[in-house]
Amino acid sequence: MGIEIKMPALSPTMEEGTLAKWLVKEGDEVKSGDILAEIETDKATMEFEAVDEGKIGQIMIAAGTEGVKVGTVIATMAGEGGEAAAPAPKAKEAPKAEAAPEAPKKAESGTSKLASEARATVADPDLPAGTEFVKTTVREALRDAMAEEMRKDERVFVMGEEVAEYQGAYKVTQGLLDEFGAKRVIDTPITEYGFAGIGAGAAMGGLRPVIEFMTFNFAMQAIDHIINSAAKTNYMSGGQMRCPIVFRGPNGAASRVGAQHSQNYGPWYAAVPGLIVIAPYDAADAKGLLKAAIRSNDPVVFLENELVYGRSFDVPKVDDYVLPIGKARIMRAGKDVTLVSYSIGVGLALDAAETLAGEGIDAEVIDLRTLRPLDTATVLESLKKTNRLVVVEEGWPTCSIASEIAAVVMEKGFDDLDAPVLRVTNEDVPLPYAANLEKAALIDAARVVAAAKKVCYR
Amino acid sequence: MAKPTTPRATRAKPVAKSPAGADHNRPRPETPTDYKASKEELLEFYRQMVLIRRFEEKAGQLYGLGLIGGFCHLYIGQEAVAVGIQSALKPGKDSVITGYRDHGHMLAYGIDPNVIMAELTGREAGISRGKGGSMHMFSVEHKFFGGHGIVGAQVSLGAGLGFAHKYNGDGGVCVAYFGDGAANQGQVYESFNMAELWKLPIIFVIENNQYAMGTSVNRSSAEDQLYRRGESFRIPGIQVNGMDVLAVRGATEEALKWVQGGNGPILLEMKTYRYRGHSMSDPAKYRSREEVQAMREKSDPIEGAKTYLAAMGVSEDELKKIDQDIRKTVSDAADFAETSPEPDMAELYTDVLVEQY
Repeated sequence: MGIEIKMPALSPTMEEGTLAKWLVKEGDEVKSGDILAEIETDKATMEFEAVDEGKIGQIMIAAGTEGVKVGTVIATMAGEGGEAAAPAPKAKEAPKAEAAPEAPKKAESGTSKLASEARATVADPDLPAGTEFVKTTVREALRDAMAEEMRKDERVFVMGEEVAEYQGAYKVTQGLLDEFGAKRVIDTPITEYGFAGIGAGAAMGGLRPVIEFMTFNFAMQAIDHIINSAAKTNYMSGGQMRCPIVFRGPNGAASRVGAQHSQNYGPWYAAVPGLIVIAPYDAADAKGLLKAAIRSNDPVVFLENELVYGRSFDVPKVDDYVLPIGKARIMRAGKDVTLVSYSIGVGLALDAAETLAGEGIDAEVIDLRTLRPLDTATVLESLKKTNRLVVVEEGWPTCSIASEIAAVVMEKGFDDLDAPVLRVTNEDVPLPYAANLEKAALIDAARVVAAAKKVCYR
Repeated sequence: MAKPTTPRATRAKPVAKSPAGADHNRPRPETPTDYKASKEELLEFYRQMVLIRRFEEKAGQLYGLGLIGGFCHLYIGQEAVAVGIQSALKPGKDSVITGYRDHGHMLAYGIDPNVIMAELTGREAGISRGKGGSMHMFSVEHKFFGGHGIVGAQVSLGAGLGFAHKYNGDGGVCVAYFGDGAANQGQVYESFNMAELWKLPIIFVIENNQYAMGTSVNRSSAEDQLYRRGESFRIPGIQVNGMDVLAVRGATEEALKWVQGGNGPILLEMKTYRYRGHSMSDPAKYRSREEVQAMREKSDPIEGAKTYLAAMGVSEDELKKIDQDIRKTVSDAADFAETSPEPDMAELYTDVLVEQY
C-alpha cells in the first residue's frame, strides 16, 4: 500500500517552504529515522525524517522547488500496511517554544486570519516622488535597520538569546554576527531579568544597546528594568542620566502556542511615562521606526509581530530611511468611518475597508505606529471628517489602547461623534490552544466590518 | 539572634582554601592585607567618615522636623565601607552604583553635600532637581550611577556598567554595592553568571550590615557566609572587616588588582553594621539595644581610625579642628537645603523624555 509523503509544517506559522535537497532517490530503501530531505523555512533549514520503512516510489517535487505548500504530496513510498502516516519532521534547529507539529491536515487557527496581505494604499507623504521600492520582508527590514545603525554608530550593539550564532530565534538578526563580530552581537544565557538590567546599565554607561527578547512574553521577567530602571532614570535624575536603549522582539498572539506565549503588551508599556512604545505593521515602518528607535535618546519598547515577520512589503529604496516617532499614518483615506489600529490589526482593518467599500462604506484606516506618545491629533482630525470611529486591536479589551483612544475621543472629540466609539478586540480570556477556540478568541476582519456597519447604523 | 560582627582584631579573612577543593587549581586573589595609609591619607579617610556620620545625623534631624519626607536610609555605622573602597578608585574613570542607602557613597565620591542635602529636602538645587529624593540620586560627572530603589536592580545595572567599560576599553572598573538582603535576589545571580562568563571588570560589594530591613542574615540566607555566594559562578569572594577602613581599602586594592588583571569579577563581603533602623520609620525592635551598643563601643569605624591616628601622633586638637569644620559644612548644607526654593511647577513635566516627538 502506498504512502504519501507530504510537505510538513515545521513551525506554527509555516505555510510553505523550499524543498532544498533530497537525501534519497527513487527506489531507495529507507527505514524509520532516515533523513529524507532538507526543507528550508523562512526561519531555518530542517531535516525531514522517514517514519515508516519502505521503498521510495516517486519523487513528485524536485529539489530546489520554492513555495511548496504545507500538505503538498512531495513523494510516495511503497511500504507495508500503514495508513498515510505523515513523516515526522525533525527540527535541526527548533526554536525555543516551538514544537514541530505533525500536520497532515492543518487546522485553521485564528492566527492565520490575522496575517493579512493587505498593504497601504496611501504612500508615506514624506517620500519624494519617483522613489523606488524594494520588496522586503519585515524580518529583513528589521535586520537592515539594525545593521545600518551598527555601521553608523560603534556604540550600538545587539544582545539577547540566540541572536548571534543561531542567527536569531526568528532569524531577525541573521548575518549580524558575521558582519559585526561577537563583541557587538552577543548571545546571552536564558536570563531575561539579568540581561535587560545589563543592557540598561550599559545604556546608562553611554552605549546604545538593542536588547532582543525572544518574545515579549519572556520580557515579563525583565519588566522591572524596562520600567523602573530604563523609563524613570531621566526624570529621577533631573535630566542628567539617560538610558538610550531599545527593547525589541515579537509581541502579540503567535500561532497555537497557548496563553503564556500569546499576549499583546502594547497597553502595558504604553501606560508608562518615560518610555517610547512603537508597534509597526509593515516592513517600511519596521525599518524606518527601528532606526529612529536606535537613534533616540529615550528608552524604546519596540513591539514586533511574529506572524508578519515573513510578509513582504515595499520598502523605499533611500539611503537612510528614518521615520518620525509619534506620528500615525493614514493607510487608506476614507470619509465614512475611521478604523484605528496598529501592528497586525492594521492588515485586518485594511481588509475590512475593502469589504466595506464593496458595501458603499468608505473607511479611513489609521495605523498608530507609535503607542506612546500617541498621535491623537491624527485620530481626532480623521474623526472630524468621518464622525465615526472603531478601534481594531489584537489584544485584550480591558485597559487597552482601544480604551485609551475611546477616552481621548470622549474628552477631545465628543462633539464630532455621531455614534459611540466601538472596540474590536480579542476576547477577554487567556488565549486558548484549541484551534477553534483560538479562532474565536482573536479578532478578524468580519468583526471589524460588523462594528463599522454598526457605527454607520447600517 | 544575630551573630556578632567580626571584631576589629580579625583581619580580612582569606577564603582561598575554604569552600571545598574542587576549584583549588584555579587562580585566586591573594589574601589582602591592611592598607598602609600615610598620615594624610588616614586623616582624609577620617574626615570623610566623620562627614558622612554628621551628614546622616543631620539628615535624621531634618527628617524629624518634617523637612525630609518619604524613605530615608542612613549610612551611620557603615562609613568605612564606602570610604575605604572609593578611596581606591579613580573618579571619572571607575564607576559606582548602589541601592537606596546611597548618601555615604556620594559623599565619599566628593559630591557636594549641599546638593545632596537639597535633594533630600526636595529642592530645585538638589542633585536630581528635587525629583529623585533620597533613594534616587546620580552624578554622571562623577560616574556615580545611583541611587536605585529596587533591591538588587543595581547589581544587573552595575554589570551593564562593567560591560560598557569593557566594550569601550576604557580601563575602568565598576563597583556595584548591594546589601545582604539584595544578595538573595535572583537577578544578582543572573548577573554573576554573565559577569564571569564575559569577564566583566566589576567588583561586587555586599555590604552585610546583618539585617535586611528587620530580617537577620541567618534568618534569610541558607548560605550565610555571603562571600561564598559567587563560588558556583567561579567568582572568588573575600570576607572583609567592613568596620575597619584600612582593611576595606586593603581588600579593595587586591580586588582591583584581580579585576584589572582581566580575571573577571570579584566579590567582597563587607561585614558591617548599621546603628540606625533600616529607614527613619524603623523602630528596630528586631535587635537588642545591647547589641547595637556593643558594636558602637567595640567596632566603630571612626573610633578605630582615631586610634590609628593617635598612634601616628595626630593630636586630639587636630581631630577636633576637623570635626568643627565638618560640623560647619553639614550645618551649611542643611541651611542651603532648607532655604533653597522648591522646584518650579514647570519641572513637573520636564525630563520625562529626553527628546520631543
